[in-house]
Amino acid sequence: MSAAETLTSAVKANAPPAISLERVNKWFGSLHVLRDVNLSVAHGERVVVCGPSGSGKSTLIRCINRLEEHQEGRITVDGIELSDDLKALDAIRREVGMVFQSFNLFPHLTILENCTLAPIWVRKMPKKEAEALAMEYLTRVRIPEQANKYPGQLSGGQQQRVAIARALCMQPKIMLFDEPTSALDPEMIKEVLDTMVMLADTGMTMICVTHEMGFARQVADRVVFMDRGEIVEQGVPETIFNNPQTERLKLFLSQILRGH
Amino acid sequence: MSDVALNENMPNDALPRTAPKRFLGPAAWARENLFSTWWSTAITLALAYLLIRYAVSFVDWAFVNAIWTVPYNAAGQPDASACRDNKGIGACWAIIADKHRFILFGTYPYDEHWRPLLVCMLFVGLYIVSAMRRFWNWRLAVIWAVTLTAIGILMWGGVFGLTYVPQERWGGLPITLILATFGLAFAFPLAILVALGRRSQLPAIKALCVLYVELIRGVPLISLLFMASVMFPLFLPEGINIDKLLRAQIAIILFAGAYLAEVVRGGLQALPKGQYEAADALGLSYWKKTGLIILPQALRLVIPPLVNTFIGFFKDTSLVLIIGIFDLLTAGKTALIEPQWQGFGVEVYITLGLIYFIFCFAMSQYSAGLEAEFNRHRRR
Ligand SMILES: Nc1ncnc2c1ncn2[C@@H]1O[C@H](COP(=O)(O)OP(=O)(O)O)[C@@H](O)[C@H]1O
Ligand SMILES: [Mg+2]
Repeated sequence: MSAAETLTSAVKANAPPAISLERVNKWFGSLHVLRDVNLSVAHGERVVVCGPSGSGKSTLIRCINRLEEHQEGRITVDGIELSDDLKALDAIRREVGMVFQSFNLFPHLTILENCTLAPIWVRKMPKKEAEALAMEYLTRVRIPEQANKYPGQLSGGQQQRVAIARALCMQPKIMLFDEPTSALDPEMIKEVLDTMVMLADTGMTMICVTHEMGFARQVADRVVFMDRGEIVEQGVPETIFNNPQTERLKLFLSQILRGH
Repeated sequence: MSDVALNENMPNDALPRTAPKRFLGPAAWARENLFSTWWSTAITLALAYLLIRYAVSFVDWAFVNAIWTVPYNAAGQPDASACRDNKGIGACWAIIADKHRFILFGTYPYDEHWRPLLVCMLFVGLYIVSAMRRFWNWRLAVIWAVTLTAIGILMWGGVFGLTYVPQERWGGLPITLILATFGLAFAFPLAILVALGRRSQLPAIKALCVLYVELIRGVPLISLLFMASVMFPLFLPEGINIDKLLRAQIAIILFAGAYLAEVVRGGLQALPKGQYEAADALGLSYWKKTGLIILPQALRLVIPPLVNTFIGFFKDTSLVLIIGIFDLLTAGKTALIEPQWQGFGVEVYITLGLIYFIFCFAMSQYSAGLEAEFNRHRRR
């Protein structure tokens, strides 16, 4: 992987950002779900997004690969602006992998077929090569022995690790995670988080929506706190968690801590 | 898991055992379901009595007292008087023995009956090959194209030394199979396109598909067939004449297409949104997403209603009799017009019913197997 070498902060500062959102606004009908959101993520940066339910976190990251369309503002991914241009959209989706809360594996295909589908049909990779690549990533998420099973035969934690491998098989530059551990039983959360930590160690650019504080402290370069469609506060994990500035963040943190 | 660890210290009687004898076996089942109360026992006995009585009298009529052949006079005409004397006592299968070739092949030239027979066998072969998942690839399309061409050549003739047989003389089972097979083979892809179109973002396509489905669903097949056979030719320019069978075929395709489209749409709607999103996020184009992710799952979900519709349309092809196309049912009815065989409709209709049943039952058995196979890997 080309992104394997960790980038120095000096390079980070000079290179154009991997993702940039400028004054992005979005409405669902009359509901204003993203309000003037500005966010810039450098190559190799790991950003954790947190905030109360319904604050627009999912909508924010889904706008980045255009599963949702924003209505105002600019979103640029890896130098390409998101617009109605389908070519640009294809190019962006090739560079951006996504992992969903509910895994969304394809139940009619085996684990291996789930992983090779996009490389074969989108990247036009020969089947043999795609299978070798898929086995490599399945080995990395530590489930190569499940390759010929179907998603329905795997546990939730295993399915989510397959979903991560499936996204990685497209060799994306950026990975988006939307509450990847929220649908999992407690004993399976760790195996998925470990996989994500491993991924972070390779230098992948990541945006993770999650409430896992331990994970945020361990890997995040920056934590972004959202509430009611706005980015309220952001900073390094230590500052955000130990020294919150706003009442909203203080309230949110107290609720999270009570929950744990 | 934790209960495995507990096993060693568990008292003996907590180990899994088979259920006690009195809860197992057919006798237990009967006690539970048929003779649980005196009321249930009475109903069971009464129904058993009726069932046995009718079964016995049917066997008497259909087999024991039945007449299988009748003598022929010098002119080659059958003499059905023995059957008439036996009416109400035993079945007269001699009518089937005498008329089976007419019922199966209609007015197709007698000496050429091997051709429609071969056509029927080709159809059955085609169904069997299509049922095998091994052939579910480009080869199937080739097999269909070749077989359907061969069927056309055999029926029409006029080449390879085969005498030409005009379409008006075709009849019986081949007509039914042609209408059903071509009908569903064209209606199914049409239905998929219409179902996708109804969910399209493009308003014009969506409106067109909705209009098509609602218009076709709003009228009975019979009136559609009438329009195809009577009204449609009025709009054609002088001298152009589209084959009557083809017109009926098109009407059936359009009709089946609308119903199947709604079935397919049900499958599309039942798929979780996450499947669409995952495919989008991987960068699959619309047609790849539809062909690789959406349709394979949506169609599996709707196998039961799909086959239900298939079976319905297989039988509905018999409605073409009202516009004078000689399908299996019409041929059977026509066989009854002959003076010596009048009044033996029950025997003919039982035979026709049996033929329809064989095809429909095969379809339903196949779909049950397919469903079981597809669901093997699904939990829940
Ligand atoms: N497709 C949609 N249509 C209408 N409203 C939506 C849709 N998706 C999300 N919303 C609303 O937008 C708001 C933000 O949702 P979301 O981004 O999912 O929040 P979060 O992920 O932070 O919980 C919520 O009030 C939610 O009800
Ligand atoms: Mg969410």
